[in-house]
Amino acid sequence: MLSRVKCIRPLTSAKRFYSKSELLTTPKYPGAVNAKFTKDLVFHNAVPNEPVFPIFHIMDLQGKIINQSSYKSVRETLDDDTLVKMYKTMIQLETMDTILYNAQRQGRVSFYMTNYGEEAVQIGSAAALTETDEIFAQYREAGVLMYRGFTLEEFMNQCFSTSKDYGKGRQMPVHYGSKSLRVQTISSPLATQIPQASGAGYAIRLSDRKDVAICYFGEGAASEGDFHSALNFAAVLKSQVIFLCRNNGYAISTPTSDQYKGDGIVARGLGYGIHSIRVDGNDPFAVYMAVREARKMSTEKHVPVLIEAMTYRGGHHSTSDDASRYRTTNELTYWREQMNPIFRLKKFLTNEKLWNEENENQVRDDTRKKVLSLLTSVEKAEKTHLDELVTDVYDQVPETLKEQKKFVDAMAKKYPEAYSEGH
Amino acid sequence: MLNLVRPGRNVLSHLGRRLYSSQSAVSFDRTELDSDKIDFKKYLNFNHEIVYNYTKEEIDVENVPTHKTNMCGAINEAMRHAMEKDEKAVVFGEDVAFGGVFRCTIDLMEKFGKDRCFNTPLCEQGIAGFAIGMAAMGYKPIAEFQFADYIYPAFDQIVNEAAKYRYRSGNLFNVGGLTMRAPCSAVGHGGHYHSQSPEAFFAHVPGIKVVVARNPVQAKGLLLSCIEDDNPVLFLEPKKLYRLSASTVPDDAYYLPLSKAEIIKKGTHVTVIGWASQMYVLEEAVKMAEEVGIDCELIDLRTILPWDVETVINSVSKTGRCVIAHEAPHTNGFGAELAATIQEKCFLNLEAPVIRVCGLDTPFPLVHEKYYVPDNLKCFEMIKKVVNY
Repeated sequence: MLSRVKCIRPLTSAKRFYSKSELLTTPKYPGAVNAKFTKDLVFHNAVPNEPVFPIFHIMDLQGKIINQSSYKSVRETLDDDTLVKMYKTMIQLETMDTILYNAQRQGRVSFYMTNYGEEAVQIGSAAALTETDEIFAQYREAGVLMYRGFTLEEFMNQCFSTSKDYGKGRQMPVHYGSKSLRVQTISSPLATQIPQASGAGYAIRLSDRKDVAICYFGEGAASEGDFHSALNFAAVLKSQVIFLCRNNGYAISTPTSDQYKGDGIVARGLGYGIHSIRVDGNDPFAVYMAVREARKMSTEKHVPVLIEAMTYRGGHHSTSDDASRYRTTNELTYWREQMNPIFRLKKFLTNEKLWNEENENQVRDDTRKKVLSLLTSVEKAEKTHLDELVTDVYDQVPETLKEQKKFVDAMAKKYPEAYSEGH
Repeated sequence: MLNLVRPGRNVLSHLGRRLYSSQSAVSFDRTELDSDKIDFKKYLNFNHEIVYNYTKEEIDVENVPTHKTNMCGAINEAMRHAMEKDEKAVVFGEDVAFGGVFRCTIDLMEKFGKDRCFNTPLCEQGIAGFAIGMAAMGYKPIAEFQFADYIYPAFDQIVNEAAKYRYRSGNLFNVGGLTMRAPCSAVGHGGHYHSQSPEAFFAHVPGIKVVVARNPVQAKGLLLSCIEDDNPVLFLEPKKLYRLSASTVPDDAYYLPLSKAEIIKKGTHVTVIGWASQMYVLEEAVKMAEEVGIDCELIDLRTILPWDVETVINSVSKTGRCVIAHEAPHTNGFGAELAATIQEKCFLNLEAPVIRVCGLDTPFPLVHEKYYVPDNLKCFEMIKKVVNY
């Protein structure tokens, strides 16, 4: 019964938005239902002259460029090859997500989180960054890692806790990290990475680096105190940091209407004296341009910038969640099929003759084969050695911990069959 | 007079003692005190000496240039040395730019500039998170919480983030450069929110170190080690000691070992363990005990986590008796961990139960502070009782 009651709000909005008679050229994001779209890339430092912060966009739902001047600017730094790389990454990510999601359903991996529906905000932003920018992510940014070069094997070693997992099998699946790609290892607590990014952005400024720290988080995480302290610290202390909020409409089951009363996340930036913009998060060009310009502003003026990317969580929160209890099938189907950022970019690339079905099938098939083959190998792969149980708590293992480990070793030796999962 | 029984060292004498005890031992009901009273008034303006003792192998104040300074000055010097040595050492917190409410950061902004010594907004959660981010970039943030009583908004950042940063990344990343300072403990008029000793909360967190200092020489050497240490460290500073009498401190930087307790007075009858400002109280209690013929071994634990099990158990194995005292509330204070480990490791050498003399299980009270704290008389009475058991 409870879950039915909770359904009321999304149902109402679904009816309102998802009527087939209304042919939309722009999406209506649940995080800012009344926001209009704009062709002007404005980082607001004062409340705009309209009731709701507008959404910056470049491409419509049909993959058609409707903001030529911004598009031209984007293409000055985004060549065809990069654009194709972005798209390929998006479909590789989607393919990997589908297989690993199903692998969890089959009991082959303990947990998984898909990135469905948010591919454009992840990959559009990743494409606008440099290799030396520092990433502080939440947990739904696998596309950022993938775009920067995290391989399918690296993803799967983490998810299956193999001995090759950089995190030594200590964290749940999807808690990736990479030193070479400058992606700080993911942690589960929400929003903790936000003030850390402010500190990193401050360190970057002190080091005279022309880089930024970019911090990803959701609109739910932005309710945590960490978010507010992070923005205030970054503004006051002039950190070179981009705060990128993925407003995907839901924090597990909680819709944005239960999350905040104000105008989304973008409006909060102004209160802290931070230049802020709202963009269409399913429009990779808009995300790319906003991040590129935010980067420029941050590195040149030594200031933080806030970007609220409007998007929609196309999957369950995680494999432990069943979104059908609080979202209708209609709503989900509508977003997955009609509002899908991958379809938008595909239509664009097809029109531009940069992509065709043959390419599509080849990338999807190759990825599928690779992930499936990896699935078999990582399942059999050696797990992290038991000795790693006590390393890295400190730089050196304390005496007390050495003693505790000896007991564990003795037990494992005496009852090997009981601890066979222990490796 | 006291019925002073020498502690046994072997199983046989131990068993004999236990049989005897079972018939006539003093119960450990703390309300049953003996009738002997001590003239405590001579300890009202007691001239402390033991707390200023130092281990010559650790520190040299005789053959190097020295000066006199109080704990506040010593802490300031430590930060100055660290900032001179490494330009990535940065000091920040609430009100630190003008020198801090306790004046520990005085002159650092003038000397090192506004980028390296700066005020933050009033937000402990932000201070901790910001510091972690800087440390992740290879900096050495020295973050100040204005009072340890106000550290709890930062608890999540310290417990879930700083402490786990290295482990969760498989050593890809760490925040080893992070040092957090916080004034702690009773000051005589601090009430609930300017008196707390929160070390036990953080002692339950693998991945951070917790260090406390008892005097200026210790404070400078320990804080410098905390800053140098490649792990996140919480350095607690008993605020009551900031302006206590000055002592001789080497001019240059020096480093005292972490995770190493210090025996500041050798003794044979009973091991007395404490840390921070409680060491001053314990010195008085130990002197009182001396008056009635009890020879205490006094240990400053110095590092609460990871703690020096060896020094403690060696001492208790020798004396067979142990009193632990801390200002933090009794239940689940760090004394509980010490007591549990001691009974596990020294069981056959123990002549009496290990006793804790602690703050009460109440919020820290203002008007009844004198009754709340484990003062010299309470510690003295319990030392007597442990020896008389």
